[in-house]
Amino acid sequence: MSSASRIHTLTIPSATRCLRKVRQFVTQHARQAKLTDHHTNALILAVDEACANVIEHAYQQDPDNELTITMTIESTRVVVKIRDHGLPFNREDYQRPNVVELSRKRRSGGLGVDIMRRMMDQVEYSARENMNEVRLIKFIRQSE
Amino acid sequence: MSNFSVAFREFDIATILTVRGELDAHTAPELESAIKKCVDEGKIRLIVNGNGLDYISSAGLGVFMAYIEEIRALDGDIKICALKPKVFGVFDLLGFPRIYHIVETEEEALSLFNQGIQPV
Repeated sequence: MSSASRIHTLTIPSATRCLRKVRQFVTQHARQAKLTDHHTNALILAVDEACANVIEHAYQQDPDNELTITMTIESTRVVVKIRDHGLPFNREDYQRPNVVELSRKRRSGGLGVDIMRRMMDQVEYSARENMNEVRLIKFIRQSE
Repeated sequence: MSNFSVAFREFDIATILTVRGELDAHTAPELESAIKKCVDEGKIRLIVNGNGLDYISSAGLGVFMAYIEEIRALDGDIKICALKPKVFGVFDLLGFPRIYHIVETEEEALSLFNQGIQPV
């Protein structure tokens, strides 16, 4: 990690009412990283989706749990890690969603992971010792 | 306090739901309740005006996916209008314009209902 890196951390209860606070946190620090507005919006949406997935799936909406968002601003990229201690995300079960199919089945969920992948340059998952981590990486560019 | 609201306006041909604020996993149930209320009252020609919508995540998009089949089976539709470019970009990214009418103005949406035009 570069010595010039800046690290910011936010811990929230596992509650969807806190998602707005997460978006404000990302917005504030994305400005420091000098991300374009387009890339800032992409990062906000991806982090929101990742946190919403933790709240809904990893913690099954139990507000007694917490998740921690760590945003590291490096010279060439922004890395956001979301850590939880809930149920791990099963990547083997994941299939890229089709909006037509989901609508036909009257499904309201299933788009979050796809949005994260489309918005970010890299999305990585790890799980060890009862801790799950998703890493969202956006490279800093001067234009779209 | 919620940072999302829905207001209703009735026209002969359709009901307009004006949505404002941020539509995320916390506020999406409010839109879902609003659409369900319309369907329960037999109002199945709906226009969602997103002029005041500043943000949408997948939970908000999911509300549209959950209801469109039921409403179309009743010979109704949900049309979406006046989205800000940032919000339209999320709909567009996931291919919503292929199955939903997303237009610039309420007048265009009302005209589509008046002409009985259904999405392809």
